[in-house]
Amino acid sequence: MSKQGRDAGRVELTGLSKRFGGFTAVRPTDLTIPEGSFFALLGASGCGKTTTLRMIAGLEAPSTGRVLIGGQDVTGLPPHKRPVNTVFQSYALFPHLSVADNVAFGLRRKGRKDVAQPVKEMLELVELGHLGGRKPAQLSGGQQQRVAVARALINHPQVLLLDEPLGALDLKLRRQMQLELKRIQTEVGITFVHVTHDQEEAMTMADTIAVMNGGVIEQLGSPTELYESPKTAFVANFLGQSNMLPAAVLGRQGDDLALDVHGVRMTLPASRAVPGSSGSSRIVMGIRPEKITLGKAEPDDAHRNMLRGIVSEASFIGVSTEYRVRIAEGSELVVFSQNRDDERPRVGDEVVLHWNPRHGFGLDAGQDLDAGTGEDAL
Amino acid sequence: MLKWLRHNLVVFAGLGTLVYMLAPNVVVFVFSFNDPVGRYNYEWAEFSDKAWTDPCGVAGMCDSLTLSFKIAILATLCATVLGTLIAFALARYRFRARGLVNSLIFLPMAMPEIVMAASIAMLFLSMGMDAGFTTILIAHITFCVSFVVTAVKSRVIGMDPALEEAARDLYASPIQVFLRVTLPLAAPGIAAGAMLAFALSFDDFIITNFNAGPDTVTFPMYVWGAAQRGTPPQINVIGSAMLVIAVLVVVAGQIVGRRNRAKA
Repeated sequence: MSKQGRDAGRVELTGLSKRFGGFTAVRPTDLTIPEGSFFALLGASGCGKTTTLRMIAGLEAPSTGRVLIGGQDVTGLPPHKRPVNTVFQSYALFPHLSVADNVAFGLRRKGRKDVAQPVKEMLELVELGHLGGRKPAQLSGGQQQRVAVARALINHPQVLLLDEPLGALDLKLRRQMQLELKRIQTEVGITFVHVTHDQEEAMTMADTIAVMNGGVIEQLGSPTELYESPKTAFVANFLGQSNMLPAAVLGRQGDDLALDVHGVRMTLPASRAVPGSSGSSRIVMGIRPEKITLGKAEPDDAHRNMLRGIVSEASFIGVSTEYRVRIAEGSELVVFSQNRDDERPRVGDEVVLHWNPRHGFGLDAGQDLDAGTGEDAL
Repeated sequence: MLKWLRHNLVVFAGLGTLVYMLAPNVVVFVFSFNDPVGRYNYEWAEFSDKAWTDPCGVAGMCDSLTLSFKIAILATLCATVLGTLIAFALARYRFRARGLVNSLIFLPMAMPEIVMAASIAMLFLSMGMDAGFTTILIAHITFCVSFVVTAVKSRVIGMDPALEEAARDLYASPIQVFLRVTLPLAAPGIAAGAMLAFALSFDDFIITNFNAGPDTVTFPMYVWGAAQRGTPPQINVIGSAMLVIAVLVVVAGQIVGRRNRAKA
């Protein structure tokens, strides 16, 4: 726990922006990251997430706005005077120093002499107690990553910044380090700000995620919130997969909106639609592939939204099968179906798709429905 | 037998090359124990250790050796400091005339030595400077800087900028970043540049000869002059000693390097 008080680890950004020549990397952004949280900045490469992190660290000077850490304005302070430490994407371990000297670097610069004990404890926290004498080049990627974390954490920063720290690891090791980082964060209770382009990583680790796109925070919320109620097409596509159905708003019935989707009447709770969109005549209804039930017969519950279609593709994944179903007008829906039944629909079968209206979400019409589906989103 | 020969062909080729390269040194070494008849040390007369026990027995030779060392050490120091600063500037900053500086630095390495020697001598002449210690030193620094810049620059360019950022992030002030991270990382390049500068300055003849005065005879100049008048075996002694020292330095470096690696 930090000694400076309860809100020492709170990060506030006010009107923060960064321009490089004619290119705007980060548009003016306001953001508050609460003390002790595991906060993820998520977005594709070039969205401004790393620049934002570097401005918090002091490695990049903002064009406008202020950075406050624990209530103190640090905008004008150089990096070595800020109470934050960074875990770099390339780890940036000093190749000419031993592992122990790497970890002791920050303490020594602050003038501490008795570094042996804290270094030993920190190396044990990351389970590298026996490797203190080695040079970084003699460690595996995962071990180097832990040294980078230890080297930053030993200084008890008010905020720990992580810049794609797991990007260089293979998938299995990445999963393992995700859990490890989460454990360490819970143990030390320091605010972690984690930059990543991996939506799964962000959802596994973070309490709060800010999804960035084009230098702007598109949406901020818990992983569940972002996944279940995305507010833009970019968020809906970048976190998981989404089916997008353009619809006409027919009117309001109580708490629900009545919609016309490809000539079929459907409903969507008005509270599930982005504010403002429910008043207009056009809307986009989104539905996650796993929320859709795929069957042969119509559902008993007449309140469920329903469409008919023909299976055009079926890929067996193991736990589930991914279907592409052509609905009447020629557009396709993606459906994930758990492999519980012995008899599964085959390509060419006529099927019925239905889902609970509460699982849909309404987005503003007139945005790029494919935003966030590019290669970077993977 | 033939198969064995074929398998070890590379070894034989290597040994042959080594013999070809070292044979002159062996001859020089052997003849350092000669007691020549007459002025020239080309024919074996009888064994003597006179030259080894009295290496400075020939007039002027040890003075020229001292002069060469002095110039080489000073030129190395100046060229290393200047060259390192220039290398950092070229590698790190974008400034006007950066391209021009880059090609000017490269010029002394690409230009025939005789051209550079003559042009520097002309410059000193037109400036009215008396040829001597200072002119030799300045000329040596000029071409040594190029080699130091080249060696250090490639090292600095290859450095991960995140390393210095990490040091800044870990509470190191700009001076500490330079002393604790930047300099140790650039050190191999600086050392290589300095060693190259020393060797080039120490054995340079053409540029030195154009810019030397009557009282400044460096060792290479002395050897050249001696070859006209007669070659005392002391020259062989100095030559052999330098070879042995150079080999010892390299071997010592290897041993230290290996021990460091084993310890880590």
